[in-house]
Amino acid sequence: MTPETFLLEEQQAAAAQEKPQEPKRTENFVFGIPQNGLQQKQREVPVDEPPPLPANSELTYIGKPTQRYDGPAKALGKAKYTADVQLPGMLYARMVDAKIPHGRIVAIDTTEAEKLPGIRAVHVIEHVYGIAELRDPKQEPPSRYPTIRYVGQPIAGVAAVSQQIADDAAKLVKVQYDAIPFVVDRSAARADDAPMVFPGPADAAGSAGGGGGPTDVPQKGNVHGPKRRLIGNMDKGFADADVVVESEYFTQVQTHSALETHGFVVDWKPDEVTIYASTQGTASVRDEFADVFKLPKSKVRVITEYMGGGFGAKFGAGNEGVVAANLSRKANAPVKLMLDRRQEHIVSNRPDSHQKLKMGAKSDGTLTAIQLTSYGTAGVGTGAGTAGPATNLYKCPNLLTEEYDVFINAGPGAAFRAPGHPQGCFAFEQAIDELAVKLKMDPLALREKIDESPARKAERQLILERTNWRNRKPDGSDTGPIKRGMGIAQSVWYRFIDMDSSCEVRVSRDGSVELMSAVQDLGGGTKTILAQVVAEEFGIPPAMVVIRIGDTRFPIGPNSGGSVTAGSITPAVRNAAYQVKQKLFTAVAPSLGTTADNLVVQNGRVVFRNDPSKTYSLKQVAAKLPTNEISARATRVPEYSKARLTYGGVDYVELAVDTETGRVHVEKVFGAHDCGRPINPTGVISQINGGMLQGISYALFEQRIMDRNAGYMLNANLENYKILGAREVPEIEVVLVENYIAQSSTDAAGIGESAGIITLAAAIGNAFYNATGVRMRRIPMTPAGVLTALGKVQEEVQA
Amino acid sequence: MNKFAFVDCKTVDQVLGQLGDGAMVKAGGIDLLDLMKEDIVSPPRLVNIRNVDSLRGITISTDGLHLGPLSTLSEIASHPEIQRSYSALADAAGHAATPQVRNMATLGGNIMQRPRCWYFRSSDFDCKKKGEGSDECHAHNGENQYHAIMNNSSCAMVHPSSTAVPLLGLGAQVELTSKRGKRMVAMSEFYVPPEKSVVNETVVRPGELITSIFVPAPEPGTRSAYQKYGEKESFDWPIADAGIVLVMDGARCRKASVVLGVAAPTPIRSKEAEAVLVGKTIDEGTARAAGKAAMLHATPLSQNGYKTQLFETAIYRTVLLAAGQMQRDQSAVG
Ligand SMILES: Cc1cc2nc3c(=O)[nH]c(=O)nc-3n(C[C@H](O)[C@H](O)[C@H](O)COP(=O)(O)OP(=O)(O)OC[C@H]3O[C@@H](n4cnc5c(N)ncnc54)[C@H](O)[C@@H]3O)c2cc1C
Repeated sequence: MTPETFLLEEQQAAAAQEKPQEPKRTENFVFGIPQNGLQQKQREVPVDEPPPLPANSELTYIGKPTQRYDGPAKALGKAKYTADVQLPGMLYARMVDAKIPHGRIVAIDTTEAEKLPGIRAVHVIEHVYGIAELRDPKQEPPSRYPTIRYVGQPIAGVAAVSQQIADDAAKLVKVQYDAIPFVVDRSAARADDAPMVFPGPADAAGSAGGGGGPTDVPQKGNVHGPKRRLIGNMDKGFADADVVVESEYFTQVQTHSALETHGFVVDWKPDEVTIYASTQGTASVRDEFADVFKLPKSKVRVITEYMGGGFGAKFGAGNEGVVAANLSRKANAPVKLMLDRRQEHIVSNRPDSHQKLKMGAKSDGTLTAIQLTSYGTAGVGTGAGTAGPATNLYKCPNLLTEEYDVFINAGPGAAFRAPGHPQGCFAFEQAIDELAVKLKMDPLALREKIDESPARKAERQLILERTNWRNRKPDGSDTGPIKRGMGIAQSVWYRFIDMDSSCEVRVSRDGSVELMSAVQDLGGGTKTILAQVVAEEFGIPPAMVVIRIGDTRFPIGPNSGGSVTAGSITPAVRNAAYQVKQKLFTAVAPSLGTTADNLVVQNGRVVFRNDPSKTYSLKQVAAKLPTNEISARATRVPEYSKARLTYGGVDYVELAVDTETGRVHVEKVFGAHDCGRPINPTGVISQINGGMLQGISYALFEQRIMDRNAGYMLNANLENYKILGAREVPEIEVVLVENYIAQSSTDAAGIGESAGIITLAAAIGNAFYNATGVRMRRIPMTPAGVLTALGKVQEEVQA
Repeated sequence: MNKFAFVDCKTVDQVLGQLGDGAMVKAGGIDLLDLMKEDIVSPPRLVNIRNVDSLRGITISTDGLHLGPLSTLSEIASHPEIQRSYSALADAAGHAATPQVRNMATLGGNIMQRPRCWYFRSSDFDCKKKGEGSDECHAHNGENQYHAIMNNSSCAMVHPSSTAVPLLGLGAQVELTSKRGKRMVAMSEFYVPPEKSVVNETVVRPGELITSIFVPAPEPGTRSAYQKYGEKESFDWPIADAGIVLVMDGARCRKASVVLGVAAPTPIRSKEAEAVLVGKTIDEGTARAAGKAAMLHATPLSQNGYKTQLFETAIYRTVLLAAGQMQRDQSAVG
């Protein structure tokens, strides 16, 4: 399931979800968007589903701004991340990686490293995970060692009693190479005579978080693809058009740059391997370790209590996990292996793009044709497609997309917050503005005409009401060197559900409530929303619910990629909480002198339905339990309807362009976003704030810079890989549009992707055009890029 | 990073006694530790001077400003008298690097920090600047968007010291002390361009310590300013910076010094720009003409042509800021 085909494969996907005749009952659900008028929706639901939730306005904890569950622990430094884990006898490891961009390893000499006092184990890797592999491995002569295809490719790992010794030992591992010509520039790699990154067709699988490209496409030289999709008839589409725009856009490679680098602590014991992982998917880590080491899953335990950011790049075991496990096994001791900052920049990235768009529209704005050709490089991986927005934002009868991956000798691309969409949106939503200019239409009005999404309609209305949009000046009308403008862009993301979403809720006789699930909290606030959902059932404050997650000893949880977490796990949590509450009521009703169906939670108390004067605290009720503990376990039930849904947002930007320094100052961002039923508005808004900042950073600053002569990444650090800082943070306002979808017992949805990262570059581009009358076709919009686009510099600036 | 000994000193004599055999002075340690972590320098011994009291302190006397080399950038930036009479220096100290860095960074360390060039700063590349038998400048045919646009034919590094820019403009002098005694070096002689020595960028010799920095009292009518431009305002290096000192006679400019920071491998004065300003009334026209004049002889590389435009802007806007005709630039507030 990839975003590009999401809506188009509706039927197939729906069929797959069908479950044979389960007993059902009919319920009425709140449905729609408050701004557009709430409605009722009838659904058939499994008989043991909890009753439908009313709108947030009628709830106590769900939908209310809630303090982060683990905020105090984080602020006080008590939260232990993988990098903080200390185990008795633990060793420290360092990866040894390639110093050339392309070549074969002739020999590896580890004797000097092994002689270093304090060294406990050395492991040379046999297989590189997470990069493309030849369809026919025989196209390369056999070797003990993997072929080196990029600087920084993992080669070996060393473990020692201190990090210092491990670092020193890593430098003593001698690798002898046989160099092969290489290429690190996307356009150079497309040439017929370019050095070949792979000697034949190669494909990369995605991770549990998505990414990866198609496997059934042709490959010529380094050019893999196209993945082609045609709907309707392009000739007709363009013949029907009154206006046509044709344009090219370029985006750069962005590295994930999570604050906590990739890493693991592996404690290999014969009866169980325990893995502390900085991961977005405890399940994915367990699966990959079990697979690589041929272990039963029951003997692999993965723990992620706190996580310092992943953005899509942290799934599975990874090369560093496999190396740490091998070192732990060899040394018979726990091993901590965290990548260093340079390695973190190389381990994963968002692919770049060169996109050609041609679009046609009727004079009233109706789209008649969309044609997109994209070339992008995911280095030694695939997955650089950008067609998501062009395919799924607006309905258009004639659509052709052709997406190519271009291999270069650089670190692999990986899923990165809304894979393909920031790139795609940067081009597509600016091209929509180009159409608006040609049609002499207001860009917002054009979207009003072509966009069928009711949520985005409400969101555009908010833009009109709450921003300066109506006072937008003609494009490029400011005189003087500093020019101001405003722009908007829209996003689309998809409702993905992971059915492997389970949990257990326990109630003890002392009235305490505990929730357990293997699901992890990447920092987005998952723990908080789980606590709120349980709290709502029991009528106790969220802070009183103990949340234990991030451990595969608990019921399996979803891998957090593609914004699946909230939408997948919260219904299981509500169901488990509801079920254990029913069990509790059944168990205690006799001693309260009533029946279970006469008990209900109201205003934080357990109340008799037939006699509201009879009220008890949860503690009083639980004290009557005949056993010390009761619990219920629940797993995600299928969506209530087969509708394939998307989420979205509309983001508005006000900025100033200094045409003499080339600096773009984003001054104000206003965003209106929807994600089903928001469980914790504070958490959702904070995700959107972060997404917007990441989007501004992507638009203006971040870029991987490769030395074309040596193949090295020159800015694999955080001083020259430039990320937005405090002074670049504009005034931000976010408004949530509640969108009740009647799909599950919570109607929650994730917000990780459709959170500003998709739209900001496009919105900034559109605002830039409004300010200057010049279209920015390239990001990042650095002084070099801006002054070049404004015609103030002649020099070539590298894409 | 190599193992090293760490010696904490209390007096200048102790420091001088510890220098030699490749030992290096550590002040704030910001640049030095970066270089050590990257294996660019591997001193066997670090001589910590942060506890040498006599190297501290800021005093103003009738002849001028005496700065201990351990004065931090924050101390200099917040000093009311420096803000009043040596504005360009306060600006530079207050806009260099980041607040955290400025709290640690010392003036001595700031002017002695090594140049910026990602090839020089990476142990993956040998180059002529590193003096390891390599004759190459990777920037010339490589990635050079942040490199020098003037005097760049031998080595295209830039020196990022913000404070050096006004110090040069204000005619500062650096006191160097070694076991053999003291010598004063004018700021204009302090940096050595790569044509003279590609390996060393200052005249400071092994065994010498900066013990004081002196800035002569400004002539009446002096107005000065400094502005630094980066790709962003937080946590970034300059891509253009300008320090302007004007001695005004009413509306007329009697003397001018125009100093460019990261235009060339070392901070330089632009005689061409100064000639445009001297004898003129300062207004936007003369200021812009000065910016243009400064870039007449620029020789940008393949990717840094934009820096000439940026320097023209930096110069004209900083001239106007010094003259009190413009606010601090929104692109240079970081
Ligand atoms: C993100 C970032 C951005 C930055 N941006 C800027 C900027 O815009 N402008 C700017 O100017 N700087 C900038 N810097 C650099 C920073 O200001 C310098 O690294 C700092 O000023 C060095 O001072 P220090 O006291 O820490 O020197 P140290 O690191 O201790 O020493 C630096 C060098 O000076 C020598 N040294 C120190 N004191 C003496 C002395 N008294 N006598 C002789 N030799 C001595 C040391 O031996 C060493 O070689 C930036 C740094 C970072 C990390």
